[in-house]
Amino acid sequence: MSECVALLEQIRGCCSQRWTVMEVCGGQTHALLRHGLDRLLEDSIELIHGPGCPVCVTDSERIDQAIALVKKPEVTLCSYGDMLRVPGSDGSNLLGCRSEGADVRVIYSPLDVLEIARRETDRQVVFLAVGFETTAPATGLLVQQAHQQRLTNLRLLMAHVRVAPALDQLLGDPACTVQGLLAAGHVCAVMGEAEYVDLAAQHRRPIVMTGFSPEALLRGILCCIKQLEEGRHDLRNAYEAVVDQGGNRDARRLIETVFEPVDRVWRGLGVIGKGGYRLRDPYTALAVEPEELDGQPYGNGQCPSGQVLRGLMRPGECPSFGDACTPAHPLGAPMVSSEGACAAYFRFHH
Amino acid sequence: MCLAVAGELVSSNHHPDPLWRVGDVSFAGVLRQVSLACVPTAQIGDQLLVHVGVALKVMEPER
Repeated sequence: MSECVALLEQIRGCCSQRWTVMEVCGGQTHALLRHGLDRLLEDSIELIHGPGCPVCVTDSERIDQAIALVKKPEVTLCSYGDMLRVPGSDGSNLLGCRSEGADVRVIYSPLDVLEIARRETDRQVVFLAVGFETTAPATGLLVQQAHQQRLTNLRLLMAHVRVAPALDQLLGDPACTVQGLLAAGHVCAVMGEAEYVDLAAQHRRPIVMTGFSPEALLRGILCCIKQLEEGRHDLRNAYEAVVDQGGNRDARRLIETVFEPVDRVWRGLGVIGKGGYRLRDPYTALAVEPEELDGQPYGNGQCPSGQVLRGLMRPGECPSFGDACTPAHPLGAPMVSSEGACAAYFRFHH
Repeated sequence: MCLAVAGELVSSNHHPDPLWRVGDVSFAGVLRQVSLACVPTAQIGDQLLVHVGVALKVMEPER
């Protein structure tokens, strides 16, 4: 804790003005609010919460497709627990389907899905595959294992997303007020530095690869603020214990073997060019359907999640926050997910 | 859901194909089977950073 106190003092002492910094990852948002770091630094820094919550950015059309699939009696749908309460375009969700008798299962790892498909050969098993580059290697392993074993009762509904193209679009928006970025440490542990070197140079904003503990977050913020004060816009690594320059080469090779980038609709943000992954040959037969871009670019009418995910609206400024929209009755995904910015504000600030 | 958690590798099946190489990792005493496909150098006793059942990093020992 003494390290945190010293870092807070250094950050305050370093700031000649109030800087606007975005933490990309929803896990970082929750850690910042849980430890009260946003309030301890509010005179020096405005922290804006980024789109780094895969549950929050999964398009409502994908949820609709999952709901339609699981209503078929022969289908078993598997996904992570957070996905079950994310509303589709009509407000219904997978948890509701399960309460009506549909076979929806919560898994810890994509590799659990292989066991379900092998054990229950009379079921058509569908994995709702979501996540950023941190999660993509696990989905890639499932795909390779299922392909090698020639499983015929396992398919993937692909909703994987890529962080760097979304940040590229976000920083290129003239309305964007973000001056520096804290990149998501565990995504960087897989992908390494290359994409972020380009982003920092192209958008002339400092980017710091940052961890999740209070000390790691404060080290990332200090590194970012020092660059802003010096007028620099480099990529720096404040999470050296975990992030290697080249990332995890085996994981990256796995991703490149199994997936290829594809344009994807992000909930609230619209179509992000190359903002997702789809299966590539010889694995395409494992996808539920060909990738198609016919989603509504701006999701649920009552939830302005795009404004929140781009840092243009703080969660508490939403007219539905804490009233019509709560974690028990969410109108939009940022209130559902354990990494959503609205859920963090409700839990720690409300 | 991009958070990864550190645990100690306590056993491995030493499968010759990395696709099927798994080990038990202890998270504060709770054992969980984890894929070792992306950490080919992992040894018993190493601290591994694990995300949704896949080890992504062998952590350096604390100095």
